[in-house]
Amino acid sequence: MTEFCDQIFVSLAHWLVGSFPASWQPLVSAVVSVASIIAVFGLLFGITTVVERKMIGRIQNRYGPNRVGLPLTDFRLFGFGQFMADGIKALTKEDVVPRAADKVIHFLAPLLLLVPVFVAFSVVPFGRNMVLIDIDAGVLFFFAVGAATELAVFMAGWSSRNKYSLLGAMRAIAQMISYEVPLIISSIVVVMVVGSLSTVKIVEAQADFSGQLPHWHVFTPWGFAGFILFLIAAMAESNRSPFDLPEGESEIVAGYFIEYSGFKFALFFLAEYLGMFAISGMAVTLFLGGWTAPLAMLDWVPSWVWFFGKLMALVLLFIWIRGTVPRLRIDQLMHFAWKFMLPMALINIVDAGLWRFLPPGLGRWVACAGLLVVPYVLLGKGLAGGQPFAKRSYRYAE
Amino acid sequence: MRTPPEAASGTTRRCELAITTWGLHHGFMLGEGIVKGLAETARNFIGSYVEEDRLTTVQYPEERLPAKEAARNFPFLVFDGNDPHAGLRCVACQICEKECPPQCIYIEKSKDKKPDYVGKPQFYPAVFDIDVSVCMSCQICVEVCPFEAIKMDTEFELSNTDRFGGLLLNKHQLAKSNEAYHKIHPTEAAEVDGRLSAEKAKAEAKAKADAEAKAAAAKAAAPPPPKPALIPAT
Repeated sequence: MTEFCDQIFVSLAHWLVGSFPASWQPLVSAVVSVASIIAVFGLLFGITTVVERKMIGRIQNRYGPNRVGLPLTDFRLFGFGQFMADGIKALTKEDVVPRAADKVIHFLAPLLLLVPVFVAFSVVPFGRNMVLIDIDAGVLFFFAVGAATELAVFMAGWSSRNKYSLLGAMRAIAQMISYEVPLIISSIVVVMVVGSLSTVKIVEAQADFSGQLPHWHVFTPWGFAGFILFLIAAMAESNRSPFDLPEGESEIVAGYFIEYSGFKFALFFLAEYLGMFAISGMAVTLFLGGWTAPLAMLDWVPSWVWFFGKLMALVLLFIWIRGTVPRLRIDQLMHFAWKFMLPMALINIVDAGLWRFLPPGLGRWVACAGLLVVPYVLLGKGLAGGQPFAKRSYRYAE
Repeated sequence: MRTPPEAASGTTRRCELAITTWGLHHGFMLGEGIVKGLAETARNFIGSYVEEDRLTTVQYPEERLPAKEAARNFPFLVFDGNDPHAGLRCVACQICEKECPPQCIYIEKSKDKKPDYVGKPQFYPAVFDIDVSVCMSCQICVEVCPFEAIKMDTEFELSNTDRFGGLLLNKHQLAKSNEAYHKIHPTEAAEVDGRLSAEKAKAEAKAKADAEAKAAAAKAAAPPPPKPALIPAT
């Protein structure tokens, strides 16, 4: 029974594919997997938008959306029909393209943003045996594909012929390239310790238990530091608050998608959230044990439940941080990437190497944790420049 | 460089990191401010489910706040008694029509007259229209009315599917009783009533005095007989 529940989607896909003639099977298999990924993550996107609005509302002591339910009935479903209404609205809205815009590139940008994000899902293992393609360089493939979104962002900003969208795109490029460095360096530690770039092998390396406790990478000093660095960089990569400068509406209206309306705008929105899901899925795979259970006695729960549970937990954490932290300034953003994230990520690589070669025991823990905590404290103090927290003085405006 | 060197270095140091600034209450750990902030938002999030009075939102169509006495939105016409026609205080003097800044009032004077609250025959509006889509709720019509006939309403749910005819209110739709006026603006209505009854009493006293004076004059005028000598002279 446990086995059946765990593999239900895999067996369902096998049965569906098996009912076609043999020459069709590779194509049908691909279509079934891709369609299910698009459907599942599309629905998750819709639900997340409502959850996000409700959660941020509650953080600000408001209700958030609680009206739209099933159409033509009195069922309100706590407002969870909102995303369907929003989708219909986006589909029926007028699609305005500026006269001066570069029409072809303006049209292609949202599509080009969406495609790599969906492609990135192909190497994320959603459960036991549930990965679309298991390639040896899965992690590399993920980041390589993810980097393609930067091109789409700049296409959107450039083709709109709007100073705000160009500024937004420039900010987005600067931010995404800067944070790609710590993002990849913080995930290298996992590759170093596991000795494989395959996402499936990385999850399998964390699937053991000692007693009840799992062997997730986040429960080691280098894994914990790597996880935190990865999360911060992931937030910046997916343009989430507090790193949402590319669309800071108080400064540059809506950033690179200012000239997009109707369904194209919805596609940008979709791509942004799907990017967040993909990168959270990668964080779960690299540091939180992928689809493995958090306790040995909970191993009977289907593996995909754990994966999506962890994914949603990370998404909720992102929403929580969005509701807490105000937007950074562009110089603060850059300083943070190059003066804090990058050194810490580089130190973390040394730490992972140390962990690999020291004998297991308490001494290894102390040494590795110390190697991370000391630079963290020193960097924190050093970057603040010894200035006490005080009222700001202004150079020009008095 | 126009910037003095010590100011520049101080400012760049201060600008280093927003996150260090948040966490830097007298040299504490980096990131501490974020943790404090996260705790605060978590307290708000959970508190909004536990404590009812945290959520100050009034869910409008189902729940609503009691109308504020000082609120005002669009004007209405006051009538005394039960008959909106007979009791209408407006005498169609057209001052409000002339004073209205956005020109949203349209009045046609009647041909005949009807008695007002004192009993004096007055004109009344044959047509009195207010376009509420034009009205800017300035209350100038109320300020200029010498007859306390036009007052501000607190009604605000005037949305309509017909944006031309539906928002042009005629005198039947505008007329509201003095009791309704008392309900929405009790203090102001009591003051107006006092003023009107004082005026009415004054008018009655004057009428009485006039009548007495007339009677006295009549009495005084009656005894002297006509001088017969004058008649032949004319």
